[in-house]
Amino acid sequence: MLLNIKNLHVSIGGKEILKGFNLGVNEGEIHAIMGPNGTGKSTWAAAVTGREGYEITEGEIWYKGQNIVGMPPEERANLGIFLSFQYPVEIPGVSMQNFMRTAVNAKREYQGLPPMSMIEFTKMMKQKQAMVEITEKLQNRYVNVGFSGGEKKKNEIFQMAMLEPELSILDETDSGLDIDALRIVANGVNQLHNEHNAFVVITHYQRLLDYIVPDFVHVMYDGRIVKSGDKKLALELEEKGYEWVKELNL
Amino acid sequence: MDSNPKENIIEEVTNKDYEFGFVTDIETDLIPKGLSEDIIRLISNKKEEPEWLLEFRLKAYRHWLTLKQPTWAHLTIPPIDYQDIIYYAAPKQRKAKSLDEVDPELLATFDKLGISLDEQKKLSGVAVDAVMDSTSVKTTFQETLSKHGIIFMSFSEAVKQHPDLVKKYLGKVVPYTDNYFAALNSAVFSDGSFCYVPKGVRCPIELSTYFRINAANTGQFERTLIVADEGAYVSYMEGCTAPQRDENQLHAAIVEIISEKDAEVKYSTVQNWYPGDKDGKGGIYNFVTKRGICRGDNAKISWTQVETGSAITWKYPSCILKGDNTVAEFYSVAVTNNWQQADTGTKMIHIGKNSRSTIISKGISAGHSQNGYRGLVKVVPEASNCRNFSQCDSLLLGDQCGAHTWPYVECGNDSSILEHEATTSKISEDQLFYCNQRGIPTEKAIGLIVNGYAKDVLNKLPMEFAVEAQKLLSITLEGSVG
Repeated sequence: MLLNIKNLHVSIGGKEILKGFNLGVNEGEIHAIMGPNGTGKSTWAAAVTGREGYEITEGEIWYKGQNIVGMPPEERANLGIFLSFQYPVEIPGVSMQNFMRTAVNAKREYQGLPPMSMIEFTKMMKQKQAMVEITEKLQNRYVNVGFSGGEKKKNEIFQMAMLEPELSILDETDSGLDIDALRIVANGVNQLHNEHNAFVVITHYQRLLDYIVPDFVHVMYDGRIVKSGDKKLALELEEKGYEWVKELNL
Repeated sequence: MDSNPKENIIEEVTNKDYEFGFVTDIETDLIPKGLSEDIIRLISNKKEEPEWLLEFRLKAYRHWLTLKQPTWAHLTIPPIDYQDIIYYAAPKQRKAKSLDEVDPELLATFDKLGISLDEQKKLSGVAVDAVMDSTSVKTTFQETLSKHGIIFMSFSEAVKQHPDLVKKYLGKVVPYTDNYFAALNSAVFSDGSFCYVPKGVRCPIELSTYFRINAANTGQFERTLIVADEGAYVSYMEGCTAPQRDENQLHAAIVEIISEKDAEVKYSTVQNWYPGDKDGKGGIYNFVTKRGICRGDNAKISWTQVETGSAITWKYPSCILKGDNTVAEFYSVAVTNNWQQADTGTKMIHIGKNSRSTIISKGISAGHSQNGYRGLVKVVPEASNCRNFSQCDSLLLGDQCGAHTWPYVECGNDSSILEHEATTSKISEDQLFYCNQRGIPTEKAIGLIVNGYAKDVLNKLPMEFAVEAQKLLSITLEGSVG
C-alpha cells in the first residue's frame, strides 16, 4: 500500500480537527474526498504533507512502508508526496525556472543524483508546460505573481508534472476554475496517472469527478470519513446534499 | 511536532560561521599604537610621501582633533579608544613587479578568498588591486590598461608616479572637513586604489580592488579615488573581508568619484567584513564616506552595494548631480543578522537642471539586528525639471530585529518631481511551506526568497559579482525565518 493512514488525530492550536481518520491508497488508484466546509479536508492534506502547526496527537501516516509523522515537509516531498495548493503562493522575484530547477535538483540531491543539466531541464520544462497547455513563456515569470486563478491551478499541475510524484493530493483544484481550465487541469492529471502513482482529489463538487474519474469516493464529516464507495457515491451526494452526510454521521 | 520551530531556526542562523575568518601568518611591519602628529609623520615617511601630502594629513589631523564622533545615527557604538589602534600595518615585502616576487603566503591568502592574482590564469578579464592591511599587494593587468592610457594602481604608487593628478583630485569630493571619520581617514590613510580613465576612453575590463584586513589591533583606512575624464567609462568593483577576532576593528575609508562631462562611472561593492559572532562579540566597525560628483553635463554615476558584513555600518554613498542632465543611481541590499547594526543610505544632491536620480534600497533584517535606511534627496532652487524616484523596502525575518527608514526630502524647486515608495514585509510561513512542499529545504527557500526580493539590485551588479552576492545573501541568512 502506498499510503495508509491509521486513526489520525490532528489538532490546530489545541483544537481537534481530525478525529480518527483512516484511509488506504494503493498505487494506480484515484481517490476523491468530499465533504462540506470545515470538516477537515484541507487539514488532512496539511497533516500528510507535514505543515508546521498541525499537531498530530494520535495515529500514524504510513507512506512507502515508513511512518512519516514528524518527518520534515521537504523530505516528504522528496519521497514523492505532492500537494496542489488550494491557494498557490506568490514568490516575487523568483522565476518559475529558478524555482522549479531548485525543486527538481533538491529531489535529485535527495536521491543521490547529480543536478540536471540546463539543456535537459529546459527541454523538460517545455514538454511539461505543453501538457497543461501553458503556451506563454513561463520560465521568466515570477512564481504565481500576476497569474490568473486558472493559470495558478494550471501551474500547480505543471509543477506536479515536473516533479513526478507518486502521491498527489489535489486540494480543491477545481475551485474558481472555468470549464476550459477545469478540462485542461483534469487532462493533465489523466495524462500523468499511471499504475505506479496515486491521486487523492479533495473537492466540494461532483463536477470535477466527471473529468477525473475516481476509483473510490469518501465522504468526510467532522474530522473523519463517514462513508466510502465508488464514483456513484459522488452522484448520490450531489443529489441528496450535505445534510445527508450529517445524518450519516449520527 | 516542535512547539516553536521558528525560534530554533533563528538559533541555527546564529551558529553560522563566517567563512573568511582565517588569519594569514605573515611578517607584518607595524608602527606603535596611537595617534599623534609624530605617528602621521611616521606613516608619511614610511610611504616616502611628498611634503604637500604630509601637510594635507596634518591639516586633517588638526581638524579631527576639534571634532567629536557623530551620534546622530541610529547606532549604539561602544566607545572607541583612538589611541589603542595601530594606524599602519603592512605585510613585510616590497611592492612586487611580477608575480614571482609576491610572497607565496600572500598569494595563497588571496587564492583562499577566491581572488586570483595570477594574470595567466585570469580569463575573466578583471584587473585586480589587492590590498592587505595598509598596503597594496599587487595590481594585475597594468600593461593592458596602460595601453589605453588608463591608470589603475595603488594610491601610494599613484602619489609617486602621478602626483599632479592625485593632487588635483584628492579631497575634492570628500574634503577632510566633511565629517569625523573623513578627517581621521585623511590624516592616516595608508593605501587604496587610484584610477584615472582619460578623455573618451572606455575601460575595456572591469577594475576591482580587494581589501583584506589581516593584522590584529589595526585599523584600516584606505582611500579610493576614481576619475573618469570627459566621455570616459569605467566599471569598478570592490570586495572586502577580515579575520574573525574578538576585538572590534575600525575601518574608516573614503571613496571619491569624479565623473566629468559625458563620462560614466559604475561602482559596485560587496561588503563582507567580519560581522562579529552570534553574541555580537567582535566584528568590524565600517564607518565609510563615499561620494561621487557628476561634474560635467550628462555625467553619470551609479552605486551598487551589497552589504552583508560588519558589526556596525555607517555608510551613505552619495552623488552630487552638478552638471545638467546628469544621472545618478543608488542600488543597495543591506543584510543584518545576529547583533549587527546598519545605518546606511544615500544622498542625492540635485544642482544641475534636468538631473535624474534613482534610489532602490532593500533592507533585510534578521536575528537581533537593527537595519536602517537614511536618505536625503535635495533639489536646489536653480535645478529645474529634476526627477527622483526612491524605493525603500524592508524585509524582516523573525520578530527580534528592527527595520527603520528616514527618508529626507528637500525640494527647492516647483518643476521637479520626487517620488518615494516604501514597503515592509516578512517572509511568510505560506511561502516557506510552499517551497518545502516542492522539496526545497527551509534554508534554501530563504535564500531563494531573499534573492528574489533583492533581484532589482542584484541585476545591477556585474556578472562576476552577482553570483558571489547571491551566494553571500543565502549564506548570511541561512536558517532565518520570519
